[in-house]
Amino acid sequence: MLIDDRMIQGIFFYIFALIAIVSAIMVTVSRNTVHSVFFLILDFVSISCLFIMSGAEFLGMIMLIVYVGAVAVLFLFVVMMLNVAQQENEWFQSKKSKEQNSSHIPVGFLISTIIFFELIVVIGGWKLKPEIFSNLKPEVMLGTTNTHSIGSVLYTDYIHLFQISGMILLVSMIGAIVLTYKKRVGLKRQSYVRQISREKISGVEIVNVDKNKGVKIDV
Amino acid sequence: MFEINLGHYLTLSAIIFTIGVAGIFLNRKNIIVILMSIELILLAVNINLVSFSVFLGDLTGQIFTLFILTVAAAEAAIGLAIIVVYFRNAGTIRVEEIDKLKG
Repeated sequence: MLIDDRMIQGIFFYIFALIAIVSAIMVTVSRNTVHSVFFLILDFVSISCLFIMSGAEFLGMIMLIVYVGAVAVLFLFVVMMLNVAQQENEWFQSKKSKEQNSSHIPVGFLISTIIFFELIVVIGGWKLKPEIFSNLKPEVMLGTTNTHSIGSVLYTDYIHLFQISGMILLVSMIGAIVLTYKKRVGLKRQSYVRQISREKISGVEIVNVDKNKGVKIDV
Repeated sequence: MFEINLGHYLTLSAIIFTIGVAGIFLNRKNIIVILMSIELILLAVNINLVSFSVFLGDLTGQIFTLFILTVAAAEAAIGLAIIVVYFRNAGTIRVEEIDKLKG
């Protein structure tokens, strides 16, 4: 049997897609939150492999750096900072919902299956408008890499959006710091104002020291 | 079957989106898992944008995926900060017990 490039691409697509779907399911159903974070990392890794495979190398790499390197580690930090014992994720057997006879599980399944079938219908039935091909902006500079062409579009046509997204990151950083900042009492801190405004008169004192008596410095 | 086209990617993204939505609806214990489900939903949207961008040869989809990544990182940071503050004040982050608003 002849194995050509397309078939290899198909096989790898199915492998990565299967890993992604299974790990996405495991994110939501696993009992331990730390395991959920690990499955989230696996999910992002396989999806970024798919991106790299389909020709969007820059986004695949950025996905690895941003999600696996930053967001997943942030999740891990928070999971480990908070109380792990009460974070058991058991959505089929909840004490409180047994008492109240809660109906969230069938309703949730119903809504998610409806959403899934709507998406499948849309995917099965859509068609591109014929005039879209004249409006497409082709990849600039066909001979260059994906990163090069993304840069040449991002820093020219989308420069304002790029700067606004930088502002979003700044605001979120300030917001996270302001939210979690806690002023502690009884802590010795540096006071710049007092340090700068010290004068020679208040800072230095000449003391006559008696012989064999010493002097008490700390008042 | 082994010919990979746009429909395969869109189906994968639909499946992951549905798993994310189901994770939000069905979870009653852990609010961190709900945040992770939101990340899954954003990932599905990213798959859609990137696959359209690759198959149509237009870079705009990849640019917008970059912006979605930015917003998702900001959202995760703020959400986790809110969870930490809530845990410090209320002593619990169980979804069942967060019922101060009686919604």
